[in-house]
Amino acid sequence: MKCLVPVKRVIDFNVKVRVKPDGSGVETDHVKMSMNPFDEIALEAALRLKEAGHLTEIIAVSIGEQACQETLRVALARGADRAYLIDTKEISDISLEPIHIANILKKFLAQHACELVILGKQAIDDDCNQTGQMLAALLNWPQGTFASKIELEPTQKKVTVTREVDGGLQTLVLQLPAIITSDLRLNEPRYISLPNVMKAKSKPLDILSLKEMDMPLQPHTKVLKVEPAKSRQAGVLVENVQELLDKLMYEAKVL
Amino acid sequence: MKGLQSVLLLAEHDNKELKHSTFATLAAATEISDEIIALIIGYQCREVAEQLAKLEKIKKVFWVDATHYQHELAEDIAFFVSQFVRATAAQFNLTFSHVLTGATTFGKNILPRIAGLLNVGQISDVLQIISSDTFVRPIYAGNALVTVQSLDGIKLLTVRTTAFTPLSTQSARAEIAAIEKLSPLASLGQSQFLDLKQEPSDRPELTSAKIVISGGRGLQSQDNFTLLFELADKLGAAIGASRAAVDAGFVPNDYQVGQTGKVVAPNLYIAVGISGAIQHISGMKDSKVIVAINKDKDAPIFQIADYGLVGDLFQIIPELSREIKVRNLNKVG
Repeated sequence: MKCLVPVKRVIDFNVKVRVKPDGSGVETDHVKMSMNPFDEIALEAALRLKEAGHLTEIIAVSIGEQACQETLRVALARGADRAYLIDTKEISDISLEPIHIANILKKFLAQHACELVILGKQAIDDDCNQTGQMLAALLNWPQGTFASKIELEPTQKKVTVTREVDGGLQTLVLQLPAIITSDLRLNEPRYISLPNVMKAKSKPLDILSLKEMDMPLQPHTKVLKVEPAKSRQAGVLVENVQELLDKLMYEAKVL
Repeated sequence: MKGLQSVLLLAEHDNKELKHSTFATLAAATEISDEIIALIIGYQCREVAEQLAKLEKIKKVFWVDATHYQHELAEDIAFFVSQFVRATAAQFNLTFSHVLTGATTFGKNILPRIAGLLNVGQISDVLQIISSDTFVRPIYAGNALVTVQSLDGIKLLTVRTTAFTPLSTQSARAEIAAIEKLSPLASLGQSQFLDLKQEPSDRPELTSAKIVISGGRGLQSQDNFTLLFELADKLGAAIGASRAAVDAGFVPNDYQVGQTGKVVAPNLYIAVGISGAIQHISGMKDSKVIVAINKDKDAPIFQIADYGLVGDLFQIIPELSREIKVRNLNKVG
């Protein structure tokens, strides 16, 4: 049984983003880029399922510019078996939204059959939290979002997923094929060893052209403006509990 | 001629009562249109449908009841909503311009699936409604805001519930909205509910509490959270936590405040032993007043706190509890 893990190249989570002065977006030139942390967790989940003997192959896919190859090499170094870049450079006039990505992944899966797709629950750039659910809908597969635990039973054609929900932890049993999206506590991704980085260089990384996939992609949204969020100012330091309570009672009037 | 279009509000509930998110989502819906139709999907949830019908601004309530709608299963609920929007609603001379639900784990799970079934986009975590097609939402953990225009014929929005003041939960409305019961669709049988682990709590719900006290790694253990529980109970506050505290197993996952946890905006947020990672701050920075208590004077939390107190939380918190009693600030007990 094969598993697909889509990975997104995003601004590294340690970088403080800067909005461009013209309000068209955020600065990405000369900024450290990395694999979306939730996708790292998704990949780690797939690796552990393969190590447990439940998967035969892990395919990593990224949709974007040539530089996404770096992200895919990282996925291969972590243990993915093969990788595909769906190159978007010839359709750069449209900015890809989650519904586009979901449609592209659906088309990819028609050529590369997998019974399980594990995605990060959201990307830390646009924070949309949509792609996995949209893909599940397009494929008419069940979904286990915000997963903190996965138990795969390939012979039973089912997967048990524990989900982090507002009310606590919900556990569902999904029929395979299925979509899972990873939450933070699913696992802690492993470190990459140097030998694995070397090994990754010889693993297959194929480049597909999005243009050749011949998909009509219409924009669903138009970005009008990006601006920095209002930041809070540091207030005052108080000396002790008495002063704190005085401030909260008589100045802020919240007690 | 194109008829009047309505806004569909997908209600979140637990089959007994409406969730807080529904009231905030209704407030957002009223900024778009006066034609608000509510849909409630559940099991033995007639009372919730009646509660909805009493809310101001709601024109009509549609209600569907079946065992397979009991546990918020995304497959069955999304399928029902997409069929309702595409086909069923026409029987009632309704067409929809928008579908709204709260940006809770309910809405985040289900609405994108509805978007996929309708093959349209979705605007997540709407903070502000500029016009019927233009919205403001956060990106990069709330460090930037983007104004987006939706180009879809039907606009799907999840609403950041802290950004909209809920309409009153008790309406003095004289006439109640009509309630129409719909036939369920057959269960898709793709997923099956096993269980929901929930810790019962008498404290206010985190996302709607007026006061939130959150603990971080500085609490050092599960037992030490008792200090915060005592203080919270005196103030009628809810308890939250940083990711570090949840990862360490001090408190369950549903306490987490932050980019990937819950977003809160109480009148008073007290961060105890929390350093203030950007992912945490994005979940609480819209609180009216922020207090930080931390032994490290260089902790980033102090840069956004209105009042900071540098010191040992194991002395400060018990003293705070005692002093609140002395000053007769007890909200409870």
